[in-house]
Amino acid sequence: MPSSERIARCFEACKQAGRPALVAYLTAGDPHPDRTVELALAMERGGADLLELGVPFSDPIADGPVIQHASDRALHAGTTVARVLEIAREIRAHSSMPIILFSYMNPLLRYGFDRLCTDARAAGVDGCLFTDLSVEEADATVAAMKKHGLDTVFLAAPTSTERRLKLVAEYSTGFVYVVSRTGVTGEQATVAGGVHELVDQLKSLTSLPLAVGFGISRREHVEAIGGYADGVVVGSAFMRVVEKYGSAPDLAAQLESFTRELSGRS
Amino acid sequence: MSTTIKTPDAGGHFGPYGGRYVPETLMAPLEELERAFHEAQQDESFRAELKDLLANFAGRPTPLYEAKRLSQTLGGARIFIKREDLLHTGAHKINNCLGQILLARRMGKKRIIAETGAGQHGVATATVCALFGLECVVYMGEEDMRRQRLNVFRMRMLGAKVVSVTSGSRTLKDAVSEAMRDWVTNVSSTHYLLGSALGSHPYPMLVRDFHRCTGDEARAQILERIGRLPDTIFACVGGGSNAIGIFTAFIGDAGVKLVGVEAGGRSGKLGEHAARFSGGSPGVLQGAYSYLLQDEDGQVSLTHSVSAGLDYALVGPEHAWLHDQGRAEYVSATDSSALNAAKTLARTEGIIPALESSHAIAEALRRAPAAKDEVFLINLSGRGDKDTDIYRENFPELDQDNAE
Ligand SMILES: Cc1ncc(COP(=O)(O)O)c(C=O)c1O
Repeated sequence: MPSSERIARCFEACKQAGRPALVAYLTAGDPHPDRTVELALAMERGGADLLELGVPFSDPIADGPVIQHASDRALHAGTTVARVLEIAREIRAHSSMPIILFSYMNPLLRYGFDRLCTDARAAGVDGCLFTDLSVEEADATVAAMKKHGLDTVFLAAPTSTERRLKLVAEYSTGFVYVVSRTGVTGEQATVAGGVHELVDQLKSLTSLPLAVGFGISRREHVEAIGGYADGVVVGSAFMRVVEKYGSAPDLAAQLESFTRELSGRS
Repeated sequence: MSTTIKTPDAGGHFGPYGGRYVPETLMAPLEELERAFHEAQQDESFRAELKDLLANFAGRPTPLYEAKRLSQTLGGARIFIKREDLLHTGAHKINNCLGQILLARRMGKKRIIAETGAGQHGVATATVCALFGLECVVYMGEEDMRRQRLNVFRMRMLGAKVVSVTSGSRTLKDAVSEAMRDWVTNVSSTHYLLGSALGSHPYPMLVRDFHRCTGDEARAQILERIGRLPDTIFACVGGGSNAIGIFTAFIGDAGVKLVGVEAGGRSGKLGEHAARFSGGSPGVLQGAYSYLLQDEDGQVSLTHSVSAGLDYALVGPEHAWLHDQGRAEYVSATDSSALNAAKTLARTEGIIPALESSHAIAEALRRAPAAKDEVFLINLSGRGDKDTDIYRENFPELDQDNAE
């Protein structure tokens, strides 16, 4: 099945508009699965261009405390893979923004990977990104996603050798996620040194859009990275807002206004 | 056995198990470690230095001891015990730590991190760091710090920093997650000295190879002593390092039964044990694909064992392969049978075993009476000093002033 092309079109449209795409991460099910659709749509109104919908996992080794706690709350509220797919379907019913599933492998393997691809595509999901899947282990996974027309996003890291960057570029479709620093997810005061060089190196290896993430939490970071990359990924900073206003009636409004602050759109 | 491969493939797979399921940031460092390991193995001076440390610092070879009173009491199998408990620091863990610290030095790493459950791996890591003058940080679940208090103090005495982990079940699994997060953050300066045959390639292979001295020695010792191989070998299985260490030398001997003993805990209910083969199914945790205790939605289950070193949701990938091939058999022993086995060994042989090792002993005790004319070999992976508090809690009658 061909790709939905939503991801490619989204990056193209942002490029035409002369701004980086804002890729917004949201842990599905935090504070409750019934609220995720409303939160995603609020982020879209605030200027999010792509949605990374996080599948909560009990042992998120690549995440810092903010997303660890978000995952814990989501699991506590009864979020399952099946429920995440329902959430995606409801978002898709109201929005044409690209949706990427962001997950650790185990919950998806348990769901049945081929079944996951079928159901994700039917729900309107456009691609997947796995935190703990190296390209070396990805052949079967990528084949299944291609069969179902899902884009396959892989991560490039500051430690990746040239040989590995080539592999990551080769295995990716839609875009490449550039990890800005060694470490786990979490907000940082500044953008890591070296990420501009990493983006330049990748540009010589692929024509795919490049989105930079890990540690990005402020408008000034978005502006700085927007100067050389095609997209900016923000995660923990959003989940910090969800944590802070989790039970407040104006959670969605808070998330929308923070998204607007980051996107700089009115 | 032609179906059994002894080394993983180039990607670190034992059949479908093992592999590299980690964030991209860790991939190049894992490749670097694998390269350093292969180069070191070819390097005569590395091998000589490791051999010298194993002999003169750790105390190898360890004795193969015939447990005559225990055998007599049970009236069946003739039981031999491989005394890894007599190694410096009190458990097999030092074999792997000496190997990895030499690798870390070769790679120019200045800082060592480790996870620990029972604290034996933490103590062994702190020991080799003291020996080589390297900074040492050990992650340990809060629950394990409570139940293995003595080892926490030993690590600190040796100069290590012990970080209490308060996420999840506050046991070994959570300590591994925290160690991985530290490693991914400080990867250029830091070597992760993983303590079991777990995690991403090359760890399961490398940890096995640093422990295979146990089985190599035991095989030569028993041939010399009785002129034949044992019928059955017993070892406890947490991540699986002491078990793979003794099994490896015998995998090619089709007549030798290999029995791995997991923690049966309080009951067979999910959450109350750590018997991955009977209660789990294949999945990915902390870098590897293997048998995993998980719920129907793929979330990792909590585990329980009286023994902190066996209290972990995933089994090392090579064991998963040996299991599927039918080359090794995996069973479990409950908390109470392990406690009783410890008391039996103490009173018949004058050896107080670690609670982990007591699981292997328990299974051997169970089978011995019906195994006349057979030879059993038990890997006694550690000594019981660290478990004194737990033994006291469970044998309150021995803690009275007029106790017998
Ligand atoms: C004495 C002893 N035996 C066994 C184990 C279990 O580990 P493994 O299965 O890697 O041998 C431990 C772990 O802490 C231990 O301390």
